[in-house]
Amino acid sequence: MRQLKLTSQKYKSDMAEIIQEEKAGGKKKAKKHAPHIDMTPMVDLMCLLITFFMLTTAFSKAKIMEINLPEKLKDKTVEPPKISASRTLNIVLGPEGKLYYYPGTVKPEDYNSLPPLTETDFSPTGIRTILLERNRALFKKIDDFKNQVVTGKLVMSPDSAQKSISKLKTDDDTGPIVLIKAYKKATYGNFVDILDEMNICGIARYTFVEIAWYEEKMVETAAGIAPTPTPAKK
Amino acid sequence: MPKIKLPTKSPHIDMTPMVDLFAVVLTFLMLTTTMRQPEPALVDTPTSISEKTTPDANWMTLLLSKDDKVFLNFDNGPDTLLAFRPKILVEMGKRYNIEFTDAEQTEFKKYPSSIGVPILKMKEFLDTKDNMVRTAMQTGIPIDSTDNQLADWIYCTRTVNPNVQAQIKGDAKTGFEVVKRVLDIMADKNVFKFNLITTLEAVKINLAEIQK
Repeated sequence: MRQLKLTSQKYKSDMAEIIQEEKAGGKKKAKKHAPHIDMTPMVDLMCLLITFFMLTTAFSKAKIMEINLPEKLKDKTVEPPKISASRTLNIVLGPEGKLYYYPGTVKPEDYNSLPPLTETDFSPTGIRTILLERNRALFKKIDDFKNQVVTGKLVMSPDSAQKSISKLKTDDDTGPIVLIKAYKKATYGNFVDILDEMNICGIARYTFVEIAWYEEKMVETAAGIAPTPTPAKK
Repeated sequence: MPKIKLPTKSPHIDMTPMVDLFAVVLTFLMLTTTMRQPEPALVDTPTSISEKTTPDANWMTLLLSKDDKVFLNFDNGPDTLLAFRPKILVEMGKRYNIEFTDAEQTEFKKYPSSIGVPILKMKEFLDTKDNMVRTAMQTGIPIDSTDNQLADWIYCTRTVNPNVQAQIKGDAKTGFEVVKRVLDIMADKNVFKFNLITTLEAVKINLAEIQK
């Protein structure tokens, strides 16, 4: 570029001389020299500040997931609410990130013939398929509704859309009732994962309940670990 | 061919636009971000699809570390003048017959991070200025049934600030036993609603594919 300029200058030199002559004829101006400030230290400083801010600040606020636990029954005479066995799905968080489920209920009397647990995982083809299978009707309703909002057929604020979805969930009376239980060697990460799965599948009714001793036994059989000594309560 | 003479003067770069740009970035960073508070234990929170964000005020956060320690943090209320933190500390001191001086209360009010100090060592903790010594004292809040200080903390927090919302921040690898224990303690104190702190999952879920 520089070279090109230089050569072109050579050709234009004639013209330049003419201009020069014209200028020379005019008043001689003292060349104004704008005071030049060296900005390099300022740039250095700003670089430092930016780095400092980038490292010490958190850009986004932490996200939260809400969960409601069932109230503890302090009065022993009050029976816990009954739920229908056909709609119940028990999910048990096992050790080492394993996940088990069984439908219906198990009574402590069936101690000798406990139903087997089915093993599954947290992948989209695992527990999600099972939950969606059982929650098909409600999930379809919610999905249709969401589609209508997204495509603009229904115009409403995000807040009222959220309300309508929770209304759909409350009205639901065919979907599964999921009881989440955790074996003692499960991790907090698994717990959050399964709750997240409930949100993804739009399960209307789910809760976290304490694991029963016979369910611990079932996990131990399924996972092939040494059983804990005889149950305290029978 | 004559050699082209290169100018001997060093090329000068005008830094003004660069300074302008940096000033803009700096202003943006200062305005949009919040300071990240140093936590006594490093936790790697699990991921979820939830997009709700944490409340600005009226929260208490239970930090459950990987090595099963429990730390507690709470805010000063929607207005710093309310100064809930020192009030909670005084309330807690009453239960354990410890009197905290004004200096200690101010120190507690300003302390930016979660605390995991047994209450009997709290005085010593607040009087120490050395951060290394302080970190060593953070052994977690006792949660045994014989010495359940966490329950007292929760009780005091809820007496001082009835609107407080419980948040649980746990590591994905935290054992469930300690989580269960904490949930039980909370349930005993009639706290049934929790916010679990998670990070947003980046995986996209294809609904059409699932439905097939």
